[in-house]
Order: sequence, then structure tokens, then C-alpha cells
Amino acid sequence: MANTSHGIGGLTFDPKKRTRPPELNVLAALVLIIVAFEVLGRLFIGDSFLFNTRDNVDTLFNEQRLQIIILQVAIVGIIALGVTQVIITGGIDLSSGSIVGVTAMVTMSFAQVATVNGNPNPKAIFGPEWMDLPVIVPLVVGLACGLFAGLVNGLLIAYTKIPPFIATLGMMVAARGAAKWWSKGNPISFPTESYATIGKGMTPVVIFIVLAVLFHLIMTQTKYGKHCYAIGSNEPAARMSGINVDGHKVLVYTIAGALAALAAVVLSSKNLTAQAGMGVMYELDAIAMAVIGGVSLQGGRGSIIGTCLGALIFGVIISGFTFLKLDAYYQEMVKGVIIVGAVVLDQWRQTKRGRG
Amino acid sequence: MTDLILETRGLTKHYGGVHALTGADFSLTRGEHVAIMGDNGAGKSTFVRQITGVEKPTGGQIIFDGVEHTFQSPIEAREAGIETVFQTLALADDLDVPSNLFLGREKIRFNLGPFSILDKRAMKEAAMAALLKTGVKIPNIMNTIRNMSGGQRQCVAIARTAAFKSKLVIMDEPTAALGVQETAQVENIIRTLKEAGEPLILISHNMRQVFDLVDRIVVFRRGRIVANLRKEDTSGEDVVAYITGAKTGTEYQGAA
Repeated sequence: MANTSHGIGGLTFDPKKRTRPPELNVLAALVLIIVAFEVLGRLFIGDSFLFNTRDNVDTLFNEQRLQIIILQVAIVGIIALGVTQVIITGGIDLSSGSIVGVTAMVTMSFAQVATVNGNPNPKAIFGPEWMDLPVIVPLVVGLACGLFAGLVNGLLIAYTKIPPFIATLGMMVAARGAAKWWSKGNPISFPTESYATIGKGMTPVVIFIVLAVLFHLIMTQTKYGKHCYAIGSNEPAARMSGINVDGHKVLVYTIAGALAALAAVVLSSKNLTAQAGMGVMYELDAIAMAVIGGVSLQGGRGSIIGTCLGALIFGVIISGFTFLKLDAYYQEMVKGVIIVGAVVLDQWRQTKRGRG
Repeated sequence: MTDLILETRGLTKHYGGVHALTGADFSLTRGEHVAIMGDNGAGKSTFVRQITGVEKPTGGQIIFDGVEHTFQSPIEAREAGIETVFQTLALADDLDVPSNLFLGREKIRFNLGPFSILDKRAMKEAAMAALLKTGVKIPNIMNTIRNMSGGQRQCVAIARTAAFKSKLVIMDEPTAALGVQETAQVENIIRTLKEAGEPLILISHNMRQVFDLVDRIVVFRRGRIVANLRKEDTSGEDVVAYITGAKTGTEYQGAA
């Protein structure tokens, strides 16, 4: 259907010339990868990847596998939502994994129970008056951690004008150090019942989906979202147009920090423990999800939907390799190839469009 | 209230020891179209950067619409009513046309601070209206700027000035990178502005274009204004003589 109402100057809008939204390509890639695993599974191990093959369960799909796929990516997915916004503004955030580490440690310290099986908590960080706190306390403390780290990132990038790569690299190293310093390297365990429910079962997935919908709306319907794209697309132009570019950057990195902290809360609650090494490499996984989902590292292009699809691709690949009983080493190698491949494809598409 | 929309007195800009602009006295009446000409480095763009708030002058006064201004930023100049189409297009390639027109001053449906909800429909309709004035042809204004031709981009940049009530439009070489047809399109927009009585400062190297479009020609050379010529009283050769320094206006003797 030709929609002429978008055109100006008597030109009619040719729907055939409309550029396909890049998310469709990502979705196609997702489907292709699932089909590939399905075929490989049937050929080599005689099992179905997607469909249920057990007789004692009455479902069409292998729901267990699907649940694991989405649960696996939900927590890093939360981080990826923030990283997506950062990359769209033309920046990068390498610190999210370390923010997860330090936030998990700090948060868990405020979520501990006083007694374990009648004995005093062996992993206690604080005295007994700081035990058995209502769940809101660790939540607020955790978010404050992430907000603070993100704020520092944002202020450094916006006002000292150092490249985001360097600023967040510094935060990555410093926050990891803080995580180790917090409990002298010891893990912190035994959270309260209420804290443990945050990451129970499929709750992380629900949290991820709610946040994804929220940020999808923010990126597409609000001034904040529009300015993210404008800054990533042409920063001098954004400045010239009166957008408060520096303030916006501070806000974007602060939100990314808060989302990393939220991921830390969910992760530590799910694992019932926090260690200084938590979240190592999460920043790269999150960046990879965004990039696979079509978010351009040059800024200005990408979407939350794309990142969610990228996260699913990520989860399917990990799950598929386990399903084919291949070593974890292959997973990482293939992950690397896919990240580079996604960027190459994106650039190739851009230059093709530029010529045409 | 005077007849003048813009007046500068002794406007000066030094970059360290470089005197990019010295003692520029310039005036523009309401509804008048003036061209600024001069060789590269003559001070044209420096002059424009001072009156649009991109840079702060070293000395001199800017009187716009009867009030003396010291613009701290391009935004302040724009809020006062000076709209500029810059040589480097100030457009975001990855946004569609309405988003670009309203960049930095979006229409809001629901105010939530930075998370204010955009009124996309109102922006689209206003963009259509502004573009219709320019006569530009764009198949789909919801397309990103990246996919558009140079002429279309330039028209979008110019339409930005039409979308808001501006008191003065400044164009810095608007047709420098355009083809014949696209140039004609932009020139048509300038004529519509003239008919609407909107004052314009046009920076251009194109002699034919200047003689076609404007009422008066101001020539810059080596950071100074060297001639102020009514179109009727001058010729292309004359203007070239002023630009190259073969000739200097009587009232500017000793200036260069």
C-alpha cells in the first residue's frame, strides 16, 4: 500500500524502496541459527533442539530448554539495556561487569541473615544490628552503588572530555578492586528470605522483560531517547541545536550504572552468594548482545528490540553448543566470530546503502 | 524601534595574534537581503560566527532588533530570533526529517523532564507545513536524513528556519555542494523568504546567484569590510575588484 501522506512535493512514497528495519535481519539470523541447531541436532545426536521429544511431558516445544536460554541471558540482558543506550550515544561502557561485582558484594552485606541453622552467620560482614534488614535496604544500597559508579563515569566523560573507553576502563579496574577490598576477597553468603526471592525461578526474566519494555518506550517515545540518537549521530549538531549534551551523557552513564547494579542484585539473589569475581566479562557479553542486535558502535543506530534479539541469539548459541555436547571452548571461539561477523555485516550494509 | 534588524559596531575578533575580523560596521534593514562576499579567509565566516553566538567577539557591539546582545551560545542567538544554516549541515544523519527540524526544541505531549513524551504527530504535521513552503521534494519524510540527496538535506536545514518564527536568517554557502537543479531549489526558497519580507544574510561565492537574489553586497577582505554596494550601482567585475583588493570603497579608504 503506497502511503503518500509521508511525502512532500508530489512524490509518492514507494514502499518497495523503504529500507528494511535492521531488527528484521537480526530476527532472521536468530531463526536461521535455531534452524541450524535443529538440523545439526537431528543429524548428529538424533534429538530435537526446539521441540519436545520426551514422552512423559505433553508440550510441543522443549520448554525446559527455552526457559534456560532466556534465563541465561536475562541478567546480562539487563546490563545490555544500559549498554545499548550508551553505545547509541556514541560511547562505550566497559565498567558494567565490575560494577556488578562491587554492587553484589555491597548489596549482599546488607541482605544477610543473623543466624544460619541456629548458629551466628559465619560470613557476617557487619555486627548483628545490621542483620535481617528489610529487603528495601539492600535494594537501595545496591542501586546507590550503581548510580554512583555510573555518575562518576558520566561526569568524567562529559566534563574532562576523556574518551569513554578510557574513563570506563578506569572504572572497570577500580570497581573490581573495590569489590575485592570490600570483604578482603571473601565471598558473602546467606541472604534473607525476602532478598532471595528477587532472583528465584523465572523472576529475573520478568524483571528483564519489564525493563526492556520500559526502556524501549523511553528510547522511542521520549526526548531522552531522541537525544541519545541525535548525539550519537552528530554530536556537534546536537550541541548546536541546544541539546544539553554533557548533562545527557551523565544521565545515560548513570542509567547504565543503575542497570548494572540491578543485574547484580538479581544475580546475587539468584546465586544466594556474592563474590568479588562476579560479573567478569559481563561488559563484553553485554556489548556483544547489543552489537549482534544491530547497535552500531559508531553511534546513532540501534534499538532495544535489536539488543533483546541479540541477547536471544547469544542464549541460543550457548544452549545450542551445550545441546550438541560441544566443549565450552568452542562456544567462546564461536562467540568471538559472531561478534566480529555482526560488525562486518553491519558495515557492509552501511556502505552498500551509502552507494545506492 | 528602528528600521534596522541587525547592526554591528566595530565588531572585532582576534584569535591570539590573528586579526580575523577588525572593526566591522554592518547594518541590515527589515526585509532586506544582503550578500556577504570575499575570498577564503576574508573574515566572512568569522563575522557570522560572532553574530550567531558560536564565538564571542573580542570587541564591538551587536544590536539585534533594537537591543544590544552578547550571545553566550548559538542557542541564545536562536532564541533571540537568528536562525542559521551552517556550512557544515547541523543535521543528525540517523534521525528522520521531523526529528531534525525539531532537534533541541521538540514538541512535548507530556512533560516529564528529560523523559518528556514526544508529540510525534504534531511534529510531523509541522514539518510537512514547513517543508511545503520550501517546495522541496522528499518521498518520505519519515526516512532518515542519511538516505537523502544533498539538496534535500539542505532544504531540510533551511526548513528548520521556516518551522520557527525567525527574525533573521543567515545562510553560509547554502548551495556550495549542490547540483544545478538543487541549487535552483534552494534559490527558490530564498526568493520565497524575500516575498515574505524576511531579512537574510547570504554568504556565497556565486556571483550570478548573488546578483539574482540580494539587494546589497558587502565585501570582506583581510578581516575588514571593504565595500558596501547596492546591486543596481555595481557589476560583477566591480565586486571582483573589491574582493581581490584591486579597489577599495571610498568610505573604507585606508582600511585595508
